[in-house]
Amino acid sequence: MSELLCIDDLTVVPAADERRRLVDGVSMTLQAGRTTCIVGESGSGKSLTALSVMGLLPPTLRRISGSIRFQGLELTGLTNAQMCDVRGKRIGMIFQEPMTSLNPVLAVGFQVGESLTAHLGLKGDALKRRVAELLERVGIPPERAGSYPDELSGGQRQRVMIAMAIACEPAMLIADEPTTALDVTVQAQILALLAELKSRMNMGMLFITHDFGVVADIADDVVVMFRGQIVESGPVDAVLNRPQHPYTQALLDCVPDAEGRKPLKPIDYAWLNEAMA
Amino acid sequence: MSGARQQARGNGGIGMNGIILAARGLSKTYVQRSGRFGFGTTRVKALDDVNLEVKAGTTLAVVGESGSGKSTLARCLLQLQPLDAGEVLFEGQNLAALSGKALRAARRHLQMVFQDPFASLNPRMKVGDIVAEGLVIHGIGTAEQRRDSVARMLERVGLAAADMEKYPHQFSGGQRQRIGIARALVLEPKLVVCDEPVSALDVSIQAQILLLLKELQQEMGLSYLFISHDLRVVRHIADEVAVMHRGRIIEQGAVADLYAKPRQEYTRILLNSIPGRHRLAT
Repeated sequence: MSELLCIDDLTVVPAADERRRLVDGVSMTLQAGRTTCIVGESGSGKSLTALSVMGLLPPTLRRISGSIRFQGLELTGLTNAQMCDVRGKRIGMIFQEPMTSLNPVLAVGFQVGESLTAHLGLKGDALKRRVAELLERVGIPPERAGSYPDELSGGQRQRVMIAMAIACEPAMLIADEPTTALDVTVQAQILALLAELKSRMNMGMLFITHDFGVVADIADDVVVMFRGQIVESGPVDAVLNRPQHPYTQALLDCVPDAEGRKPLKPIDYAWLNEAMA
Repeated sequence: MSGARQQARGNGGIGMNGIILAARGLSKTYVQRSGRFGFGTTRVKALDDVNLEVKAGTTLAVVGESGSGKSTLARCLLQLQPLDAGEVLFEGQNLAALSGKALRAARRHLQMVFQDPFASLNPRMKVGDIVAEGLVIHGIGTAEQRRDSVARMLERVGLAAADMEKYPHQFSGGQRQRIGIARALVLEPKLVVCDEPVSALDVSIQAQILLLLKELQQEMGLSYLFISHDLRVVRHIADEVAVMHRGRIIEQGAVADLYAKPRQEYTRILLNSIPGRHRLAT
């Protein structure tokens, strides 16, 4: 197992107020062929961690410390042009809203092909063939290449996004809440597709979610974030069955179970503050 | 729960053996433009002979995926959209037959909580005015009494009376949904249609809002029609469940029975799609 991504002591703050640590000393590693889930509530810093890896932090935020090494390459010092060569080619990305991430006036086949042209210089018939292959691989009939995003369902759009993300066979895929906007049955299909692609292409996947149910379905390793910090991390079975940190337990407790056996339990922050003090 | 049910029955005015809302044979077809330039048309059956009943003081959940017709059902039940066929009986009265004034009177008792707490609150209005608007429209109380009711309601849903002076953008998603609940409940309705009220919220906030809805149901003897695509949430809030698929209700029953012994293949698929079902069960 080789180490694909290594984040060391990452700290992100608003440029206007450097004392507020939105991501606070985060360190983690991701292995090739494994899925690491970052789980936490809104504002826990999970998405900012992913954006830092991709070099896509909004200009109002600043990384004040930390190193991010991807396949031995330090990403934090790269120029924008160098980063563009990594993003989309060696690191694929999928976001939550397939509706807003696709260009509505371009056929989906064209959009899948864009990164193939940009990164690999594919053109003409070779490009067409590769686009058809990719669509097929994510479960979209290749004849739909000429369709526009509004002619596809939410699940199909997310499949198109996945085809775009894996087009250049990246070593790592970053997925930020990719199934949150989808119906349950579609969510299950997309999770299965991602797991299959991960194994087949031996990708490392960094998967961000707030839902421990999704974590249980897709993760190999789990990182739990709370208020910018990692409070617990480990293999999925250990974290689910023997959570060590009170926040992990609280976050597990508030997921409603399908059997209706355990009572609903919102997070008691006052208690948590005491337990963590 | 049974206490709330009895209390609601005791309120009187509920016909049909404790059934507060009944839908009979609801049908609704949309005509959509289709084709690249919209020259063609397609007919979509959003509701296809839908029958359901909500027992007073209980929660009926309607589950289904996007496009199943569940939101159309909510809108048609509240007469926000005309039906092609069928009737909606609220406390035994056919809502479609009511005139403007009588319909308005009935609407006070039929409120709605919406999915998106960001889109459903007017950003230019103060929270106090948003929550009081229904009282004003229905001509309930003096300005001072209305202020008191609003303050009490805000406190009841876990906000502060002083929040009346703030604007929606000053609140988090969960707090905004509390404002949406206060707006619906300040009118002391009998039935509340909740259209995906927690699906835009984080899991931790979801649990808070669901518990709040349950408490308010007990206290006020409310009946809920709860629309959701999330079967985990439904398991915790519903007494009965109706499964919608392509405009039809394909299966209906008490929540524990239906989850334990689904009769329809589609219901089984839905239940098997619950994330973490096979590993998180404890």
